[in-house]
Amino acid sequence: MIEIRIHGRGGQGAVVASQVLAAALFQEGKCVQSFPTFGVERRGAPVAAFTRMDDREIRLRCEIYEPDHLMVLDPTLIEAIDVTTGLKENGWIVINSDKHFGEFHLPSKFRIATVDANAIAVKHNLGTRTAPIVNTAILGAFSRITELVSIEAIVAAVKEEVPLNPEENAAACREAYEKVRGQNITP
Amino acid sequence: MKKVITGNYAVSYGAMVSRSQVIAAYPITPQTQIVELLSEFCADGLLDAKFIKVESEHSAMASCIGASATGARAFTATSAHGLALMHELLHWAALGRLPIVLANVNRAMGPGWSIWTDQNDSLSQRDTGWLQFYCESNQEILDTIIQGFKISEQILLPTMLVLDAFFLSHTSEPVDIPDIEVVDTYLPKYNATYRLSTENPYAFGGLTGPDHYFEIRYKMQETMDQAIEIARQADEEFERIFGRSHGLIERYYSDDAELILVVSGSIASTTRDVVDQLRSEGRNVGMLKVRMFRPFPRQEFRNAVRRAKKVAVIDRNICVGFGGIFYQEITSTMYGHRDDLPIFGFIAGLGGRDVTPNVIHEIVTHAETHDTPDTEIIWIGVKR
Repeated sequence: MIEIRIHGRGGQGAVVASQVLAAALFQEGKCVQSFPTFGVERRGAPVAAFTRMDDREIRLRCEIYEPDHLMVLDPTLIEAIDVTTGLKENGWIVINSDKHFGEFHLPSKFRIATVDANAIAVKHNLGTRTAPIVNTAILGAFSRITELVSIEAIVAAVKEEVPLNPEENAAACREAYEKVRGQNITP
Repeated sequence: MKKVITGNYAVSYGAMVSRSQVIAAYPITPQTQIVELLSEFCADGLLDAKFIKVESEHSAMASCIGASATGARAFTATSAHGLALMHELLHWAALGRLPIVLANVNRAMGPGWSIWTDQNDSLSQRDTGWLQFYCESNQEILDTIIQGFKISEQILLPTMLVLDAFFLSHTSEPVDIPDIEVVDTYLPKYNATYRLSTENPYAFGGLTGPDHYFEIRYKMQETMDQAIEIARQADEEFERIFGRSHGLIERYYSDDAELILVVSGSIASTTRDVVDQLRSEGRNVGMLKVRMFRPFPRQEFRNAVRRAKKVAVIDRNICVGFGGIFYQEITSTMYGHRDDLPIFGFIAGLGGRDVTPNVIHEIVTHAETHDTPDTEIIWIGVKR
């Protein structure tokens, strides 16, 4: 089983991202489960959402404490909370940031990738300049970096699961897929 | 069609493919999404139902009672304090012999204000005369709504199906949404024998003196006894058409188990993983999932624990002043049948406290290392 945790702020679309990822993995024949942090959500406050994937039926119905990989929709969360809590060794941390992945000083047992999802979202008119909706872009980056799910499945799931601007969201996914940089993909 | 949806949406789709005709509901966390999607279905013309926005849960059930009395298929959903507010009318619906189906998202009663899962809300309604089913997965939720109408409309008692807050209500997983035309073959249009109608008027719910009230209760109990067999048949017919069944009390590696864990709701699902692991270590542990709680399939339960050496009941609820409510039911069921069988009563997961595989392992280890329970209540994970 692979468990993924998505960190964001209320309103950034972390929950939708966890659902799109689950739908994409399901299209590829995986067993899936996704859920938000159990509780209340406030706009701007730190939130998390989760996806489980496996080749066999998922029967575990408890929260995720030791994820395999992370996505971080807002880089300021890295200073505000310990996003790496419980993260397994060699886990990927895919961060929405305009910085180079080498500029993040996180423990070396983790692997880091960055993509400027803000800029990509703004370019495709997703959200506003001050509050871009970056959840679909980060999924494109996640697909490229982890190779757990194909970009085609992500794009198809975005079109099915995201009611507003499906074409723009799909384009943002593809652009982030191309632009993401990590230890395994360097220019 | 298989879709990745939440438990809440599984409820909405279940009510839709059952062709509910009247939906009266009031939003309450964590159930609100059920009502939202149903109202969208009605507004978009996907469901030909009257959606009644009401000012309280008391009115929601009152509307369902009125609708059901006219012979319409009535549905509602609620949670915790909403269900508690319906209490008077839950009795009314059952004594009125109205086949309403209600989905309740298990949520702890406040204060302390809580939106997290706990079974005390639905178990407080145990004696209202409703059938109760506790669901383990989103698929089971959807299927139980269809089965609920099927059973209720044969026996004229209402059905409550129960799903855990968040662990099911807000968790997405693949669910097969059956074609509505196929559901039609399983669940034909409800044809009420007696209905509120201006063409053929009857009076309902009138004054009933001591000469007759006693017999109303007798008939209800008689029907509840029959409901076990009717529910079993409904599940079997469901399997023939849809290829899935859920049982009333499901056995999981329990037939030859020395220690049987008795669980309900989403804990059952996690327990399967734990049982598999224990079996691979050579530990002789099995599980019984209580899906049908009212009527309680007593004989089926007794048969299932015939060869067990110990039983451990996990309750995500507490009857304060006594102990776990499933524990209470099971000790009562076993009284005079297997007085040699130690029954352990564990309380875990109240107010949404996570029941992880480690919690279940702790319960198994406790039961394995004690010949008999030291106390009536064994608390797991409590901070003293």
